[in-house]
Amino acid sequence: MNEIPVGTPRSKIEIQIDGNLVKAPEGSTILDACRQEGIDTPTLCWAENLTPVNVCRVCVVEVEGSRTLVPSCSRPIEDGMVVSTDSDRVRKSRKMVYELLASSVDMDRSTSEVKDWMEHYEVDSDRMGEKTEIATVAQPPKVQDSLYVRDYERCILCYKCVEACGEDAQHTFAIATAGRGFDAHISTEFDVALPDSACVYCGNCIGVCPTGALVFKTEHDMREAGTWNEQDQEVTTTVCSFCGVGCNLELHVQDEKIVKVTSPADHSVTSGHLCIKGRFGWQHAQP
Amino acid sequence: MWAIDPRYTSSAKFADAWLGLNVGTDIALANGVAREIIHSGLVHEEFIHHATTGYEEFKEHVEPWTLEFTSEITGVPSEAIADLAHGYAKAPTAQILWTLGITEHHTGVDNVLALSNLALLTGHVGRPGSGLVPLRGQNNVQGGGDMGALPNKLPGFQDVDNDEIRGKFEQAWGAKFTGEIGLNLTQMFEAMGQDKLKAVWVIGENPADSEADVKHAREMLKRLDMLVVQDVFMTRTAKMADVVFPAALGWAESEGTATSSERRVQRIRAAVPPPGQAKQEVEIISEMALRMGSTNWGQPTPEELWEELRTLSPMHAGMSWKRLEQEGGIQWPCPDEDHPGSPFLHGRLWERPVEGRRAPFSCVEHRPPVDELTDEFPIRLTTGRVLDSYNTGVQTDKFDSPIRSGDALEISSEDSLKLGVEEGETVKVSSRRGSILMRIEIDEDLQTGLAFTTFHFPELVDINQLTSDAWDSKSGTAEFKAAAIRIEKIESMANV
Repeated sequence: MNEIPVGTPRSKIEIQIDGNLVKAPEGSTILDACRQEGIDTPTLCWAENLTPVNVCRVCVVEVEGSRTLVPSCSRPIEDGMVVSTDSDRVRKSRKMVYELLASSVDMDRSTSEVKDWMEHYEVDSDRMGEKTEIATVAQPPKVQDSLYVRDYERCILCYKCVEACGEDAQHTFAIATAGRGFDAHISTEFDVALPDSACVYCGNCIGVCPTGALVFKTEHDMREAGTWNEQDQEVTTTVCSFCGVGCNLELHVQDEKIVKVTSPADHSVTSGHLCIKGRFGWQHAQP
Repeated sequence: MWAIDPRYTSSAKFADAWLGLNVGTDIALANGVAREIIHSGLVHEEFIHHATTGYEEFKEHVEPWTLEFTSEITGVPSEAIADLAHGYAKAPTAQILWTLGITEHHTGVDNVLALSNLALLTGHVGRPGSGLVPLRGQNNVQGGGDMGALPNKLPGFQDVDNDEIRGKFEQAWGAKFTGEIGLNLTQMFEAMGQDKLKAVWVIGENPADSEADVKHAREMLKRLDMLVVQDVFMTRTAKMADVVFPAALGWAESEGTATSSERRVQRIRAAVPPPGQAKQEVEIISEMALRMGSTNWGQPTPEELWEELRTLSPMHAGMSWKRLEQEGGIQWPCPDEDHPGSPFLHGRLWERPVEGRRAPFSCVEHRPPVDELTDEFPIRLTTGRVLDSYNTGVQTDKFDSPIRSGDALEISSEDSLKLGVEEGETVKVSSRRGSILMRIEIDEDLQTGLAFTTFHFPELVDINQLTSDAWDSKSGTAEFKAAAIRIEKIESMANV
């Protein structure tokens, strides 16, 4: 008893990315190695504070000897691996994924990172047919309380919210995927309203949503009213006041009012996750 | 993970085992666990020999606490106590974490010492992953203590009655001050009752709602010649004040630092301007100093104050304002600018030989709560918090939570049957200090004889009229966690 656990140092593995030799620690993913080298790679379902679930396929790369493209976010590097991140096949595949997603889902409130990549790959979702003529997930937003809105016509089923609600952060398991195929959707138990579900309103699902399907009620209302202006928002990092954990809060302020709260995913205290008080308990700061 | 709590909380549901001990039997349980560890040969002999004192005496002290006797006092089955003792002692690393359930008792300090004994027995202290972890309920409780907001300490936990240390501060501040030890909050209320304390300046606290036996506390505040309240809201205390200083909100309207439970000093920053006439707290205090006749005080910025602190408090010496900005947070002690900060304390206990004082075992006695259960007051009331609310609710009542709860009196289904009261019924709840009306909620998970509510809604439910102001003479903390109450049906409102 009482031995001190010591982590074993990880040895480095050499691989080739886009023709360059790269050394990265054993156990890294191809994505880790790319980021280490400053090679920008798009992701949708991946987040640094969640376990990869491998569903979106926009991070795919070409690996020599592999019949199919591989998801860089979850494939560990192997000695001597030869990776291409910007081949024709990779570009075509990424573009197609965005086009398929955007054909049935409203992507216009996605994060700027997602929008930039869609522009980069010259995504033309109309190629899949006019939205009025093909099946989409269009539906009215679910507004069931004054804290947040679930706008599922913007949901690409990346499962990040499910992971954040479950094993990767909150362990509340209030939401999961229900249905099959095109009817698959994110749902509470028996599709009850959120206040009647197991939800504890941590909003960690909002924190990880890449497409604006899950948003603060403030953001939803301002967008609907046309007053949401991200360019004019200032973000200030401070410390939540509601307990002694020391979670960092990023206060997004527009016209001297807090409009939403996020938390830095790379912070050691809670890896970007908050509770209801930290995420939503800022109304007392509004005169 | 073991959860030890009179209530089957959501944390208890996550735990591998829940020990639902009787309120106020923490020392009994800790002593019983200690005896079991000793009798099973699971103590860390090398650590005890080199790093502690008083083991033989302690061993004898806990000898009466057999599993059977401990079980009788605590209400926890013997097997569960043994399981906890073996699990804790055999774990490669283990932490004991606690909050106010340990400290808000008339034996609060002894409760903490009883837990410390377990860490000393097993060597679960001073190593990565092991330790004793008091969880703070506010973002800067730790920082308040660190900065000397204690009756006997100067910043950096330096003794105010030490002439040499006081001399250092007097020289830096260019002012003389007394080495007399001040009063803690409980003693202040006593001094108000004796008319020894006539003027009070309350900063960011709402004692007219938060004190135990709050009716008495309000009477004491009314006796004062002058009450000044500095706060961000018109709290009940502020409404009683002769003068109110509206202050900027700490975490969103001010620059400064907050120190978390893990001693991590982090920057807080202003994101929005304070409303109306509200001023920065530093500005208010500086303006007061000026009016009190200070000539050298000026209007220091938070950064200047921090840089001054670093020159006076050795444990903060290495944390420059610049480092706090760049590194995002540093844990004290951090004695110089090359020091990375300290993720855990008491590592010195593993040096051989141990330098400085060895850690003493403490022989602490189980003493039941002061507010006794009798036929007249047969139910134990314990108060606490719920997820979406904070303290007396002055901040959290401003946001509209879909999961708000905590204003009802929660009782077990067995007690509801015994009393003939139903869910939603309004009842009269009385303790030796007062009576209030409350709505009943039935919690299937509560033990018989135990009632629970929060203190988040004083405007709605003035619960601290019932709580016990018996206090721990070592800490000055009142026994909020253990009141004796009676629940009565109201046949008609005429009887109220």
